[in-house]
Amino acid sequence: MTSLTDKDKATVKALWAKISKSADVIGADALARMFAVYPQTKTYFSHWPDMSPGSGPVKAHGKKVMGGVADAVACIDDLTGGLQAKSELHAFKLRVDPANFKTLSHCINVVISNMFPKDFTPEVHVAFDKFLASVSLALSDKYR
Amino acid sequence: MVEWTDFERATIQDIFSKIDYDIVGPATLARCLVVYPWCQRYFGNFGNLYNAAAISSNPMVAKHGTIILHGLDRAVKNMDDIKNTYAELSVLHSEKLHVDPDNFKLLTDCLTIVVAGQMGKAFTGEVQAAFQKFLAVVVTSLGRQYH
Repeated sequence: MTSLTDKDKATVKALWAKISKSADVIGADALARMFAVYPQTKTYFSHWPDMSPGSGPVKAHGKKVMGGVADAVACIDDLTGGLQAKSELHAFKLRVDPANFKTLSHCINVVISNMFPKDFTPEVHVAFDKFLASVSLALSDKYR
Repeated sequence: MVEWTDFERATIQDIFSKIDYDIVGPATLARCLVVYPWCQRYFGNFGNLYNAAAISSNPMVAKHGTIILHGLDRAVKNMDDIKNTYAELSVLHSEKLHVDPDNFKLLTDCLTIVVAGQMGKAFTGEVQAAFQKFLAVVVTSLGRQYH
C-alpha cells in the first residue's frame, strides 16, 4: 500500500520494544478474538482438536504468528525480501486468502490497544497499521 | 431480520451505558482522521487537521465525534429494527454528505479499538464479537439507501 517512512519504522520499533515481552499473549489473544469475531477464519484450522481461547493449539499458533511479526520488525527495511520464504509458505502451502491478513491485523491492533492503551496513540496506531499492511503485502507477494 | 442472543443484547446495552461519550466520541473520530487520512475529505471546513496533535485537539472534531457516537444510540434502543431506524440517516449520508460507505467500516474499526483501550479486561473476545456484530449491522443499514 504505502512505503514506511523513517519515522514510521522508528515508531514501530519503539512500540515493539515495549510490547515484545508480551508477544505470545498478544498472538494468542488476537487469534482467539479473530475466531470469535470472524468465525469464517476458523475454516483454516479445522484440523485442530481445540480452537477455544486459551487452548494449546491457539497459544502455540499465536506464538508462531507473533514470531513472524518479530521477524518482520527485524527486516523492516526490506520486508519483501525478508519475508519471501513466509510468502511462499502462505501462497503455496497454506493458501490463506490475503483478505484475512487485514482481519488478523485488526485483531492484533485491538489487543495492543486493550493491553497498552496509553502507548497505542493514534500516531502509533497509524504507523503500526501501515507496518502490518506492508507485512501483509509482502506475505502476498508470491501468491500470483 | 438480525437475531440477537441475550448475551449480545446485554453486552451492547452494557457497553453504551458505561462509555463516556465525550471521551470515546472525540477519540474515535480523531483516530479515524489520523489513521485513515483520506476521511478528512469530508471535513474540509473543520480547520486545522494538519497533523495528529492538531486533529486530536481540534474542538470541531471533538464535537462531531460526540454527535456521531450519540447517533448510535438509536440503534442501541432499537436493536430489532436497526435497518429502518437508519433509513433517513442513510439517505442523508448518501444524498447530502456523499460519504463513501466503505468509510463507515473504518470508523467502526477505530471505535472498536478505542473501546478496547477503555474497557481493559472486560473487553473479551465474546464482547468484541457482539460489539462488532452490532456495528456491522449499523454499517450495513447506513449503506442501504445508497444508489
